[in-house]
Amino acid sequence: MDESLRELYQEVILDHSRHPRRFGPMADATHSHEGFNPLCGDKVKIYLHVGGDGKIEKISFEGKGCAISQASASLMSDMVSGRTVAEAEKLMDGFIHLVKGETVDDLSEDDRETLSVMAGVSEFPMRVKCATLAWHTMKSALDAEEKK
Amino acid sequence: MSSFIPPREDFDILSRTVYGNPLVYLDNAASAQKPRIVLDAMRTLATTGYANVHRGVHFLSAVSTEAYEKARETVARFLHAGHADEIVFTKGSTEAINLVSYSYLAPRIQAGDEIVLTVMEHHSNIVPWHFLRERFGAVLKWVDVADDGSLDADAVDAVIGPKTKLVAVGHMSNVLGTLAPLKDIVARAHAKGVPVLADGSQSAVHEIVDVGDLDVDFFAITGHKLYGPTGIGALYAKRFFLKQMRPFQGGGEMIGEVTMDRITYADPPARFEAGTPPILEAHGLAAALDWLMAQDRAGAKAYEASLYAYARERVRELPWLRVIGDAPDKGAILSFESENMHAHDIATVLDREGVAVRAGHHCAQPLMERFKVSSTTRASFALYNVQEDADRLINALKKAKEMLG
Repeated sequence: MDESLRELYQEVILDHSRHPRRFGPMADATHSHEGFNPLCGDKVKIYLHVGGDGKIEKISFEGKGCAISQASASLMSDMVSGRTVAEAEKLMDGFIHLVKGETVDDLSEDDRETLSVMAGVSEFPMRVKCATLAWHTMKSALDAEEKK
Repeated sequence: MSSFIPPREDFDILSRTVYGNPLVYLDNAASAQKPRIVLDAMRTLATTGYANVHRGVHFLSAVSTEAYEKARETVARFLHAGHADEIVFTKGSTEAINLVSYSYLAPRIQAGDEIVLTVMEHHSNIVPWHFLRERFGAVLKWVDVADDGSLDADAVDAVIGPKTKLVAVGHMSNVLGTLAPLKDIVARAHAKGVPVLADGSQSAVHEIVDVGDLDVDFFAITGHKLYGPTGIGALYAKRFFLKQMRPFQGGGEMIGEVTMDRITYADPPARFEAGTPPILEAHGLAAALDWLMAQDRAGAKAYEASLYAYARERVRELPWLRVIGDAPDKGAILSFESENMHAHDIATVLDREGVAVRAGHHCAQPLMERFKVSSTTRASFALYNVQEDADRLINALKKAKEMLG
């Protein structure tokens, strides 16, 4: 079997996609946004609760899609929880570089290692959009005006 | 298998490998590969007889004009149209359907008027009618298919009412493979005075289409699925309709006379072909259709049906796949889904095995909604596929299951 496939569909990815963390709606979200990939019909909705100090206190997501998009959303939710908005955006930039096969600097060793489970995506250019959907959706949610 | 011999040697691409595996191309419903003769024909015209059509008085313009108009005759012959001037060249079936929406139906529709569609339409036969809903308040009436994907002419008939202005139906579903009972649908619609448009994007590839026998009023085809080039397609429309239709786009070629304060329009089909047309592509399409018509088409159809039956049977070895579309009368399109594996993940694994399939909603989201799936994986066969392609598909699917579980 193709090594790059094994790398793409490694156990931790399949585990995230089968048992997504922080899955479900959030009643007291301060920000939310629904992202859509018109090419494949995949959908993801991101909910965030951002505190007054700019910290993402809670995040959850709902959606339907391929293993890559679901695992990416799950991994992202795990990683940005408890961080500031600025830190989350920095992670996003790093992640996008990573799945496009570009150099990733400006991230801590730990973050780089956690994100690296998705690095296999860079061998599959047609799947980069699946991997980045959740992150772009989170960014849109954060950019939108806070719900009153 | 039947006695039909798949013309694989006409297609250079079929001998290439993908990720080290011999290519198995099963994405024919999206676009078919092109035989060498099509590419040669385009190259020959480009290198020996190319110029703009219709306006030059010089030698090359005459050669190109003749090739272009001859291509129109070839399309007419292919569809068994009575007259070449009933063929309008478009860039594909999408443009052909948009042309009918804009030039025929839009000036004739009022709020509350109805357009009858089926749930198995491709977006190209949905969105142009949604435009009329948005702009004029037209009402879209949807005809359901049965759970096995078959379409009943009675079900269409039942929805056609006094306010129906057009029935727009796909002749063959690009997802289910279902062949619509078009002749019957046309007869029922005509009995109520309603014209019928058929999207022949899929059907024209596999069926011998006779627009006269079907008595269909509008019929759309696209070149690249017919083993021809991209950027060229055609609309067949009866003279009766073409004559009363307003122009589509404005520009050169489509006018009678232009002054500073008035214009007159050319007669059909030129009225609907503004601007320089895809000349080489039209010539390439004609070469593709000539090539296709030279095949044993009845034999090819039986051969594709036997390939499909074989693949359908072998899919039973994979109980974790649910096939969508088991109509008794259908083309060689095999769509399936799995509860635990997303179509894109399946298609990615298949790709690394050299097996090209389509995954997604196939531009048929209402149909996805109807079958309560978000996407399917689709293997679609052409006359150059072989039984081994089906075997490779099944083996690759087993690998996908092993990997994605």
